[in-house]
Amino acid sequence: MLRMQNLKMIYRTHLVETHALRDFSLTVNAGEFVAVTGPSGSGKTTFLNIAGLLEEHSEGLYEIDGVDVRGLGDDARSRLRNQKIGFVFQSFNLIPDLDLYDNVDLPLRYRGFDRAERKRRIEQSLGRVGLGSRTKHYPSELSGGQQQRVAIARALAGDPKILLADEPTGNLDSVMARGVLELIEEINRQGTTVIMVTHDLEHARRAQRNVHVVDGQIVDLDATAPRVVARRDGHAASA
Amino acid sequence: MILYYIRIAMLGLRKQPVLSALMVLAIGVGVATAMTALTVMVRLGADPIPQRSDRLFAMAVDNWDAERPWGDRNGGPLAPDQISYKDAVALLAAGKAERQAVMYRVSLTAQPEREDLRPFQASVRATSPDFFPMFDVPFAFGGGWSAADDTARARTVVLSKAMNERLFGGENSVGQRIRLSDEYYTISGVLAEWRPRMKFYDVTNGALNEPEMAYMPLSVAFEKELLSDGNNNCYESPGEGWASYLASECVWMQGWVELPDADAAATYNAFLANYVAEQKAAGRAFSRPQLTRAVPLREWLDLRGVVPDDMRLFTILGFAFLLVCLLNAGTLLLAKFLRRSGEIGLRRAVGASKRALFAQYLTESAVVGLLGALAGLLLTLGGLAGLRMLTPDFAGIARLDVQMLLSCVAIAVATSMLAGIYPAWRASNVAPAVQLKTN
Repeated sequence: MLRMQNLKMIYRTHLVETHALRDFSLTVNAGEFVAVTGPSGSGKTTFLNIAGLLEEHSEGLYEIDGVDVRGLGDDARSRLRNQKIGFVFQSFNLIPDLDLYDNVDLPLRYRGFDRAERKRRIEQSLGRVGLGSRTKHYPSELSGGQQQRVAIARALAGDPKILLADEPTGNLDSVMARGVLELIEEINRQGTTVIMVTHDLEHARRAQRNVHVVDGQIVDLDATAPRVVARRDGHAASA
Repeated sequence: MILYYIRIAMLGLRKQPVLSALMVLAIGVGVATAMTALTVMVRLGADPIPQRSDRLFAMAVDNWDAERPWGDRNGGPLAPDQISYKDAVALLAAGKAERQAVMYRVSLTAQPEREDLRPFQASVRATSPDFFPMFDVPFAFGGGWSAADDTARARTVVLSKAMNERLFGGENSVGQRIRLSDEYYTISGVLAEWRPRMKFYDVTNGALNEPEMAYMPLSVAFEKELLSDGNNNCYESPGEGWASYLASECVWMQGWVELPDADAAATYNAFLANYVAEQKAAGRAFSRPQLTRAVPLREWLDLRGVVPDDMRLFTILGFAFLLVCLLNAGTLLLAKFLRRSGEIGLRRAVGASKRALFAQYLTESAVVGLLGALAGLLLTLGGLAGLRMLTPDFAGIARLDVQMLLSCVAIAVATSMLAGIYPAWRASNVAPAVQLKTN
């Protein structure tokens, strides 16, 4: 589903070069749930931005669903992002002036679906996260956990193959965080590949695989291989 | 998508009403200033009689003193702006054109028979009979006078629509009489509404003034020794008395000919060249023979500077001000768009291309421009009304027609989109990753 080979990301100014990712190699299979951990500034978010086609890597190979993204123009990258990737962010990133319906509608607008198809998908997505009855509510009328659920509904509405979550529970209390995490696990069980960046090792342990990044490199040598993880809820996840 | 973009634009405007109002106002004021000036300029410069202008030629006769030649403001050679009695009468009598009319403006006292009306000063154009068909002057009742009437010095008169309404309540007054400066004149015709954009046939005496209230035969004006109520230029004293005035080189009349095509114009100019030669032989100056010619109407208006230089400057300044307003609006748009960087980042993340975002923000600029156009339109109407009040000469031209109205909207939308290009480009190039992390 996602393959990175000797990927490098270098930020250059006229004075310094910063190597955000060095020889970063990672393969994520379809249906996997991978947690990416590491200290602040280690390159986790850079990895996620490149994975989500929000930034272009400097060197190396990156394929998503078999498509080599190197050299793709903005239109093609945007189309790929729209069709294959869903994002969930730490701070939810909902548009406050739009109600839940319109917030979830965002990726569908750029996909070019007709009105009926968009409506069906929006209602289905919001229903899936338990907010089907609140389409006309605005983000400010919801709790943090509910807002993150809306963000997840938005990410899922386009039926992406990969869900990229950047600290999805970072702004939530433990109860809400657990609920959001369970929702992400549920989504993964239904077949969506999930890559989640997190600081929280407890949350990371719930993934099938934990990739630890330090100084722009994967330091856990086992990280590239699938493994069986014992979850806190007693379930076993396997690749 | 365009409807979606418009909806998002309206939401954006509602979200920041003060900023939005400032942008709309900036564009509106700029558009109004530019459009007020442009409207006056365009209407001043427009063809006042488009259906016949290619057939109408002014008689330019350079009878002026060789020592002190007539020139334009920059010293360029120019025939005098009017013609002398001698030349007017001679050229009229020659009858070499399909139609010809010579004329001048006089002022008479109208003395209404009705007791409820007080006497008033009436501007009257003394002219030859071709004036009416030549300039396509429309009649509501009756018609002009004949050449025979002119020769016979018939006391006949044509009234303007306004004059007829004032004296006869708009009824058909043909055949009735009016008293002008103690003499009775029989009404031969009453004009329908006739309000050319400018008094092109006499630009030396208030080109923007309304046409005269009445028209009378030239022969009668001469017989009554009526002096011109307009400009009169002499390079030497005309001497005492009416006869010596008529014999002088003073210029105070206007002359026009109708020439149907280029051949006719060439023939007429050849006639004028012969006329100049004759006059020189008779001892008159005519030191610059090339300036005596039939000048096409549009060229004549241009030569006479009917569009004042001040007006051109005002228009340039108006558009410069519009540019400043647009720069302001552009800056405000940029600030407004970049305040929504988080939203831009998010839209990029969910699949919006730079092109889609550019289109969205350009649409928002266009919506602002459209609202600016509406504001500008209202302010333009106000500006023109103010101009009409402050400068009565502009009463006839400081008006917005449909063409200018559409131009106003088009200019506002186009210019605000132009002002929105850079902000929209900046917005579409916001680095999404940074915004998503910091939002």
